[in-house]
This record gives sequence, C-alpha cells and structure tokens, in this order.
Amino acid sequence: MIAHSIFFYFFSLIAIVSAIMVTASRNTVHSVFFLILDFISISCLFIMIGAEFLGMIMLIVYVGAVAVLFLFVVMMLNVAQQKNEWFSSEKNSTHIPIGLLVSLIIFLELIVVVGGWKHKPEILNSSTLAISKEITNTHLIGNILYTDYIHLFQISGMILLVAMIGAIILTFKKRDGLKRQSYLKQISRERAEGVEVIKVKNKEGIKFDV
Amino acid sequence: MSEISLGHYLSLGAIIFTIGIVGIFLNRKNIIVILMSIELILLAVNINLVSFSIFMNDLTGQIFTLFILTVAAAEAAIGLAIIVVYYRNSGTIRVEEIDKLKG
Repeated sequence: MIAHSIFFYFFSLIAIVSAIMVTASRNTVHSVFFLILDFISISCLFIMIGAEFLGMIMLIVYVGAVAVLFLFVVMMLNVAQQKNEWFSSEKNSTHIPIGLLVSLIIFLELIVVVGGWKHKPEILNSSTLAISKEITNTHLIGNILYTDYIHLFQISGMILLVAMIGAIILTFKKRDGLKRQSYLKQISRERAEGVEVIKVKNKEGIKFDV
Repeated sequence: MSEISLGHYLSLGAIIFTIGIVGIFLNRKNIIVILMSIELILLAVNINLVSFSIFMNDLTGQIFTLFILTVAAAEAAIGLAIIVVYYRNSGTIRVEEIDKLKG
C-alpha cells in the first residue's frame, strides 16, 4: 500500500507539473513535449490502478497519434518560435484577473463536489458489468464492447470516418501547374487525334513541329 | 501517507481540468495551445471515469473512456485541419488577430 501511495503521488505530481507547463510554456514545441509527458504519466496511473488496456490505448492513441499530429502541425506552420506570452497582452488586460477568478471558482466547485460526495455501495448493485478478478482487463472490455456496446462502437467508427473525410476535404487544395494523369482522357483517345499518316517525299523528309 | 482513495484520483482530475480551463482562458497568442488545453480537459474527464470504474467495480466507465478517446482524436484532427486552413488563408494563428468575424 505504501508503494501504491508513493507511485500515485509521483505520477500525479509529474502530471500536474507537466499540465501547468503545457499552458505556460513559451515555446509551442515544448508544450507538445509536456503534453506527451502528461499523457504518459496518466497512462502509468491507469495501468497502476488496474485499467491496463486503457493505459496502453492511451499511449498508442495520444502519444503515438495525437501528439505527433500536434508536433507535425506546429512544425509545418512555423509558429514554434512565436512567443507564447500569455501574461502580457497589449490590447485588453482585463481577461487575466477575470479568467483566473472564474477558474478558481470552477476549481472550488469541483473540490466541494469531490469532498461532499459519499459513496453508497448498495445503490450500484444493479449493474451487471462488474469487474471480475479471474479474467484480464482486456478480455473483460472486449466481452462487453463487442456485445452490449456494439452500436456505440460502430458509431464511434463512423465518427472517425467523418473526421478523416473532413480533415482531408478541409486541407485539400487544388493546385495549378501539376501534370496529372486523367484516366478518362486516356481511355477516350481516338485514332484521329493520336496518329497521323504523312506522305514523305523522296529525299526531302519532313519537318515536324511538336 | 494514507491509503489512496477515490477522492485522490478525483482531486487529480479536478486539478488537471482546472489547468486546462486556465489554459483556455488566459492564452492569447497561440491557438494550438488552446487545442492542447482541450486535450487536457478530456484527459481529466478520462481520469474521473476510470477511477470511478475501478473503485465502484463497474466496467462501464472504461468503455466510455474508450469513446471519449475516439472523440478526442477526431476533434484534434478536425481542429488542426481548420488551423492549417486558417493559417494558409490569413498567415497567422495568433488568438488576438483572429477577428475576421467581427464585422
């Protein structure tokens, strides 16, 4: 239990510090790196409390895909060196105290909710999706995800498909000056426009302009 | 050190959620950092769902975390595509200079 406490405080301290650094870092590339660190420490926490599959999925999806996507965009847009001076705004500086006040109120409300919440075990006994200790976490999730939640699973696949199509359509730009292959043109070529028979006179040859 | 309870995990989720909110409110320079703050908020929600799922012995929270992960990935892809298009059109993604809808 002591080791559990030590690891919890270790990983959550790293997660909180790197979350602060994500918003406060002056360089956007550093923000992405701290975001990766945050995801890794949170997935370590997930693995620690017994949600192994989700921890690994978070590593794959967030660190492997989303964070790399962020890095890609940051480097492609060339805004990495653009200073992220979020404390010094020239136009209106009233947003800083108001934003801090609202955030503080939100935090206090969350703490009040967490502190005043009581767990009544007899309320949740109707659930049939209990975690059993005999089979692994991945097996359990697979058992439920492909049976009870199959429609939601399919719909999430549709969401990913729509997101993919949307991203492609948004960033697709038709450029001039590129030589493209057109199958329709290739197939519909006729003999008349492709080949020409020329009578060549003896000892004169032809001049041919392309 | 006392035993780690559900309240510890919920407090961690609340702290990371608030940091994400602060990042959205106070950021004035770079819109990509706002997208990263949204990712932080979704991460805090995931922490809450997984810890409830573990401590209340109910697997539904982990399933919903999977769906939130899917939606977060789709949202990041769409948001970054919009940012790329905006940068291509106007040459800046500074939050203070994005005021084309102001009329």
